[in-house]
Amino acid sequence: MHPLMNRFHTDEQRRLMALLGVTDSIAPTISRRVFLQSAGATGLAIGFGWLAPTGADAALSGAEGAATGPLAPNAFIRVGTDNLVTVICKHHEMGQGNTTGLATLVADELDADWSLVRTEYAPSDPKLYNNLAFGPLQGTGGSTAIANSFLQYRSAGATARGMLVMAAAEAWHVPASEIRTSKNTLTHASGRRATYGEMAVAASRQTPPDNPPLKSAARFTFIGKDRSTPRVDSPSKCNGTAMYTGDVKLPGLLTSVIAWPPGFGAKLVSFDATDAKNVKGVTDVVEVPEGVAVVATGTWAALQGRHALRVQWDESSSKDLDSDALLARYRAQAAQPGTPFTKPTTTSAASAVKTIEAVYEFPFLAHATMEPMNCVAWLHDGMLETWSGHQFPTLDHMFAAKAAGLPMDKVKLHTLVSGGSFGRRANGWSDFTVAAVNVAKAIGGRAPVRLQFSREDDTGAGLYRPMYVHAVKAGLDAQGGIALWQHTIVGQSILAGGPLADFIKDGIDPTSVEGVDKTVYDLPMLAGTLHSPTLAVRPLWWRSVGNTHTAYVMETMMDELAAAASRDPLAFRLALLGKSPRAAGVLKLAADKAGWGKPRRAGVAQGIAVHKSFDSFVAQVAEVSMRNGKVKVERVVCAVDCGVPVNPDVIRAQMEGCIGFALGALYYSEVELKAGRAAQRNFDTYRSLRIHEMPRVEVHIVPSTEKPTGVGEPGVPPLAPAVANAVAKLGGQRVRRLPFTRAGLVET
Amino acid sequence: MSVTLNINGTRREFDGDPDTPLLWVIRDDLGLTGTKYGCGIAQCGACTVHVDGQTLRSCSAPVSAVAGRQVTTIEGLASPAAKAVQKAWVALDVVQCGYCQSGQIMSATALLEKKPKPSDTDIDHAMAGNICRCATYQRIRAAIHAASAQLAG
Repeated sequence: MHPLMNRFHTDEQRRLMALLGVTDSIAPTISRRVFLQSAGATGLAIGFGWLAPTGADAALSGAEGAATGPLAPNAFIRVGTDNLVTVICKHHEMGQGNTTGLATLVADELDADWSLVRTEYAPSDPKLYNNLAFGPLQGTGGSTAIANSFLQYRSAGATARGMLVMAAAEAWHVPASEIRTSKNTLTHASGRRATYGEMAVAASRQTPPDNPPLKSAARFTFIGKDRSTPRVDSPSKCNGTAMYTGDVKLPGLLTSVIAWPPGFGAKLVSFDATDAKNVKGVTDVVEVPEGVAVVATGTWAALQGRHALRVQWDESSSKDLDSDALLARYRAQAAQPGTPFTKPTTTSAASAVKTIEAVYEFPFLAHATMEPMNCVAWLHDGMLETWSGHQFPTLDHMFAAKAAGLPMDKVKLHTLVSGGSFGRRANGWSDFTVAAVNVAKAIGGRAPVRLQFSREDDTGAGLYRPMYVHAVKAGLDAQGGIALWQHTIVGQSILAGGPLADFIKDGIDPTSVEGVDKTVYDLPMLAGTLHSPTLAVRPLWWRSVGNTHTAYVMETMMDELAAAASRDPLAFRLALLGKSPRAAGVLKLAADKAGWGKPRRAGVAQGIAVHKSFDSFVAQVAEVSMRNGKVKVERVVCAVDCGVPVNPDVIRAQMEGCIGFALGALYYSEVELKAGRAAQRNFDTYRSLRIHEMPRVEVHIVPSTEKPTGVGEPGVPPLAPAVANAVAKLGGQRVRRLPFTRAGLVET
Repeated sequence: MSVTLNINGTRREFDGDPDTPLLWVIRDDLGLTGTKYGCGIAQCGACTVHVDGQTLRSCSAPVSAVAGRQVTTIEGLASPAAKAVQKAWVALDVVQCGYCQSGQIMSATALLEKKPKPSDTDIDHAMAGNICRCATYQRIRAAIHAASAQLAG
């Protein structure tokens, strides 16, 4: 998801509701009417013949929903008589550490004992659990989880603390101001003492205070205190007990795989299920809107059944979809100006005495989460339950209800941790959720059913970071200053065609141009234009969205211009960052820690880059060696300014992860379209970074009192240009087509 | 034809297709879901288990191949090396999404059981078959060294 959703205004909210088929509010009463109408119109018939001997909640006891009061002052916190504090997390955990972050915010204001803090994931409820940066939507993305929750979750903790203190004051007949709190314990100078658990019942009878006072930063006990709050999900992820979608156990649970269209836009002609049905364990072979689903008692039987299935597809509409042809078309488009997305305030093109022209090419990228997409759906007793990594519960909820033909209040989502997302699980089609519901419908709700994508299904499913081409003409004046910057971008709009299409303004999808538009540099002459072709393959955001390509172009061109001006790349940048002191700050910090400018041993060079994304500033220095023409990134020094650092170790972990993720993509990642099909389908051809390729990473966090901003994505954009800038120093080669395999710079 | 298995010290019978990959027997039939599916072609290592102490990518091994052998999954880890690895993993907060980490821990444990003091090159060789898309590699390396130090200490 994307921070442009910060700009939700009331009108935009209403338009989004209308697009999604919901009228005025997403309250269940309203939704029920809307969705009942759609169910009636389509005449959906759903069977509820099968009733489990035990309910789903019983089967999953302990996974979620376990917290009980008695102290439950708001939607985010429970304090039990057992003295346990449970924090209810509205955000989706896909590895970025926000579960720990949200618990940290509550625990600090509550003066909790961290060892007594538990977490659980919130149900789907956009009234209680909406992302404050998005408007009336519950969802996680755009590196907003901690930023939007910073005051909300602290306030939740402060409210509970206030009620505990009031209860103790009443019980002990002392002024509330004399009561101290620390580590789940209330104390008074008289010697009176009680745990939060002991005071929880009495506290629950207090009126929650309005606007409870929040701590000043100087009084934080956990926020910003390094390693004071270890990750809450570490133990369960180290002993195999963490529950992901594939691990859900329900009575009679079936597994399905879908024979998906082999190419983008392929249409089902016919299928013969005879052999598939002969595979032991296969229970159903059913047509669904997505393709043909093979349902079985286990995963292997489902896969074998699909292998035996004979399907005819019509691929005539997509056979011309080809990456090489697309690139040629995009290059031609990039030579012509498109729709302007900047308003240059100076034009000094005539004074440019030295110009550089460059064309950059970026491939389609798959997210390739470790956990391939999946969802469990169960239609029973007039309702639908789903279990999945619902990164965007509100959208998944609406689309699931629509697919099931049920009102929203008859649909219950169980949000589980997911094995990575990088944007994949937040999409405006809710593809994995809807497909699972369609399979559940197709078997008449006879049993709960898990839809599992194979790795090949997952990589071939589209929803890629689109292919982009940039064409830049930049020039220096006689003094070595930038006098000219013409920049045209070609690539699919991520927002077009989805439920967020209304964010496209004046023909510009902000996710296509962010990072060129609103650059941190003072470039009043920058003339940017955009072409947004449409394709049959669905586009999607991919960790750091538009910045995945714009930062590469801006930051490698910056180095080329610095070289043309015979200036040091660091000094050249700093001269253009007068209006962005935080960008300059991280740049200087990274350079200083990396020993920028100091001599390196032969065959080693440093490259530098800085980028702002999701309101955070990150600079990186990549130290790169080259042997026999092959690149090795030895070390990356990273400086990040993300406002108040809430969990410093989580911030470091995200920077390390962003760097490895971005480096793998720079080296290897590309999905090629050939005759309408994705050519790479598994990790043998869609390669990922491995341990021996991981550089040593050092992360330096800028101390700050600014409001906290994101860390899940902003570490990605500077990595590739920093490495490319070092490569250019080493061999003179300016890499303008990614990935590096295309230039022979890495082993294939 | 049924296959007799020894999983985590317990004898289990499997009556299905003997060509079924061990992974799906472990997950679907035995309900041990700590072992993960990632690729199905022995490229990512999420499905790593131990067979007689050696790592095996269970997604690509037919269940019949492990008949009569000692299979250990993440749920059955009990050796001092395994406990040291898990402790180091938690102490250094290695995990992010966590999906690959069962496999990482299985590979790291097998390494330390063979080589209690591995070099960085040893770690590269033992762990290169385990992909982590969150790229927690730096902490994986540090945790292996920490576990090694603890075992020595």
